[in-house]
Amino acid sequence: MLTGLLPKGFLTRNETLVAGVILAFCVLATLSDPLFFTVTTVSDLLRASIVIGILAIGAMVVLISGGIDVSFTAVAVFAMYLATRIALGVWPDMPWPMIFALAMVAGAGLGAINGLFIAFFKLPTLIVTLGTLSVFRGFLLTFVGSQRISDLPPEMRDFSRGVLARGTTEAGNFYSIPWSILALVAVIVLTWFMLKKTMLGRSIYAIGGSQESARRIGINVQWTQFFIYVYVGALAGLAGIIHGSVGRMADPFSLVGLELSVIAAVVLGGARLIGGYGTITGTLLGVVLIVLVQTNLIVIGIPTIWQSVTIGMLILLGTGVPAYRAKRAAARAG
Amino acid sequence: MANPDAYPTTEPLIDLRAITKRYAGVTALDTVDFTVAAGEAVCLAGENGSGKSTLIKIISGVEQHTNGDIYIDGAKVDHNNPRIAAAHGVMVIFQDFSLFPNLQVYENIAYPSQLGAQNRLFDRAAARKMASAILSKIGVDIELDARVESLPVAQKQLVAISRALASQARLIIMDEPTTALTEREVARLLDIIRKLKDDGVAVVFVSHKLAEVLEVSEKVVVLRNGKKVADGDAKDFDTKSLAYHMTGREVAEAAPEPIQAGATTLMQVEGLSKTGVFERVSLELKAGEILGITGLLGSGRTSLAKALFGLVRPDAGTIHFDGGKVPLGDPLAASKVGIGYVPEDRLTEGLFLTQSILRNVAIGRLDNHSKGGLLDMGGLLNEAADWISRLKIKAPDIAAPVQSLSGGNQQRVSLARWLSRAPRVLLLNGPSVGVDVGSKADIHDIIRNLAKNGIGIIMISDDLPELLATCHRFLVMKDGRITDELASASTTEADLARRLAS
Repeated sequence: MLTGLLPKGFLTRNETLVAGVILAFCVLATLSDPLFFTVTTVSDLLRASIVIGILAIGAMVVLISGGIDVSFTAVAVFAMYLATRIALGVWPDMPWPMIFALAMVAGAGLGAINGLFIAFFKLPTLIVTLGTLSVFRGFLLTFVGSQRISDLPPEMRDFSRGVLARGTTEAGNFYSIPWSILALVAVIVLTWFMLKKTMLGRSIYAIGGSQESARRIGINVQWTQFFIYVYVGALAGLAGIIHGSVGRMADPFSLVGLELSVIAAVVLGGARLIGGYGTITGTLLGVVLIVLVQTNLIVIGIPTIWQSVTIGMLILLGTGVPAYRAKRAAARAG
Repeated sequence: MANPDAYPTTEPLIDLRAITKRYAGVTALDTVDFTVAAGEAVCLAGENGSGKSTLIKIISGVEQHTNGDIYIDGAKVDHNNPRIAAAHGVMVIFQDFSLFPNLQVYENIAYPSQLGAQNRLFDRAAARKMASAILSKIGVDIELDARVESLPVAQKQLVAISRALASQARLIIMDEPTTALTEREVARLLDIIRKLKDDGVAVVFVSHKLAEVLEVSEKVVVLRNGKKVADGDAKDFDTKSLAYHMTGREVAEAAPEPIQAGATTLMQVEGLSKTGVFERVSLELKAGEILGITGLLGSGRTSLAKALFGLVRPDAGTIHFDGGKVPLGDPLAASKVGIGYVPEDRLTEGLFLTQSILRNVAIGRLDNHSKGGLLDMGGLLNEAADWISRLKIKAPDIAAPVQSLSGGNQQRVSLARWLSRAPRVLLLNGPSVGVDVGSKADIHDIIRNLAKNGIGIIMISDDLPELLATCHRFLVMKDGRITDELASASTTEADLARRLAS
């Protein structure tokens, strides 16, 4: 009866699987610690998801187009550090929207370098971004600076203090939801609109489905690919500057190393490495799951040292189960 | 959809006059004339390398001609390009259909037309409406929301046709339209082509397997070595005359020599069943016998072939080979006793496309050239090279990748690999799919010779003339059961087609 009300294929979707695992995790956690399911946990979870969420949406767009980007963490930290240095050097009282814009422009510029190699020199995306990951990071540490800056421009600190809601629960736990959540919301809405409603967004799916076919029906594959990497770079810049502001420190050694967790979240959410598939809902669910595991594993009785093992097993299960099912279905069809 | 009144009907849609195309000294097309009128269906026949692909590329603007003139709708076009051709409604449906497997049916159909209109936003409602109107116009029922990857080949082709119509197609060029279709699907395609013609849409079939589309065509043009060697009314052509013009020689197929008296039974299959796929299949194969198995797509013929080789595990039944029992569902055991399987889709199941011809043949014999765990590379490659010459594989260089070969030669590579293992029974699934007429006859000769040397052959095919020309005996499958057993000598093509369809 219920199945009639659900969208077609609901039960076999990756999204449903991930949502189920999240639910199971929450039930287990609440059983072992009744204080788990509180406003505080939810607000912590949201705060922790903002930067990873923005990065994951960028990574998802690349995966949909049939590519893979591992350089976005280096882009994020480069853009964040560069924008902070410029603000401090040129105009310490620079308003935060301007610093943010600066970081996004820097990110877009670095993304354009990826795009140039990928779209116009037609090099494999993994190779290019593996290369630029090292180059961007090395360039940052060598030429821009390797000092942690904790004395941020005052506007950045002001931004990090801004909250949509804050308070203390009856049990005495503090919670707050920062402004930066709005940035995530804006990125979600913008990317959703682009992917679902614009010809550009549909051509990203088309290129992921078959680049050759896309070329044959007249999609400008080169410029679309170039745009994708610029867009992802700008998102990375935004994520980076939020990370710096909220953490109240511009640390050139941060973020890099996170890229595989982000890609894992996207893949868990149903994007396929071969391209053409990926939804924002799935990606966000994947992010929530990864963040849950990273921050709350201890609550359900699994020691934190098992964190990476757990994430790895989730990826194996989350991507393996649907793949195995598809294989069985194909075998039955003969 | 095209509106026939909007364009002059007296002028041909496409008129190529004395077109010549040279690539770096090689003449691919030599003063070829070619016209297509609105609502006309033309067969463009020719073997691989005859220049038919080049001609299509020139019509669709992908390649520029060297000499000659192109007229579209009566006006001379000096520099044709894909955009000009598309603006005149020239659409090519490639063999791979160029669809987007990850997108839904309606989006595949309507997206390119919205792209052509230079929209910024994708209008989903309009796309659905357009797709559903076109599908119902050609009388096809395909779920609009299905992803194209989940559709069978025949439906993918219909989606590709619908997509061309959505982009105001007036001339649809179909590359090898029938290769992947069963007889019943071809019949349905022909119905749709008739409807299109009534609407003034012209169709060009490009193929080397044209007998099926002759009945809806007005005109036939045959190319050979870049020259037009025959053209005329489709009524004046039949399979045999087409084959003659395409190859320049009479392709006479001799029936196989009778099986030697007292030949031993090589393979005996009893009660082989797999739920929902095939049921209680029993058959017997003698040494030197060529046994055909035919049936429509979905009749279980391919699954049965795979089961005989162990690629599909049957639920029940036995396979005996030369008196000994062969374990079910174990391809390694099957190949060990001497069963070979040449798959239907050599591109995805048989060959390593980017690897060299030599390596593709040699791979089958790795085990036999191992010396204490090390590989005797010289011996292995010499043996492979020997087989390549024995099967007359035409290749400029045996180190070239297999994908550079024509369909017929690729099939020979596939055969060579298995023959080098000295099989005693060979299962051939669709041995001449995508192979041109001349090579097809050669492959049939190879098959008949193998049988003469005592190899038992099971040939799975839906190419009826092929079965009649090569098999001693064949089985007709329907819904997973063997419904008829016929001797080639006492069967005609029409009778067989009737048994298949009924």
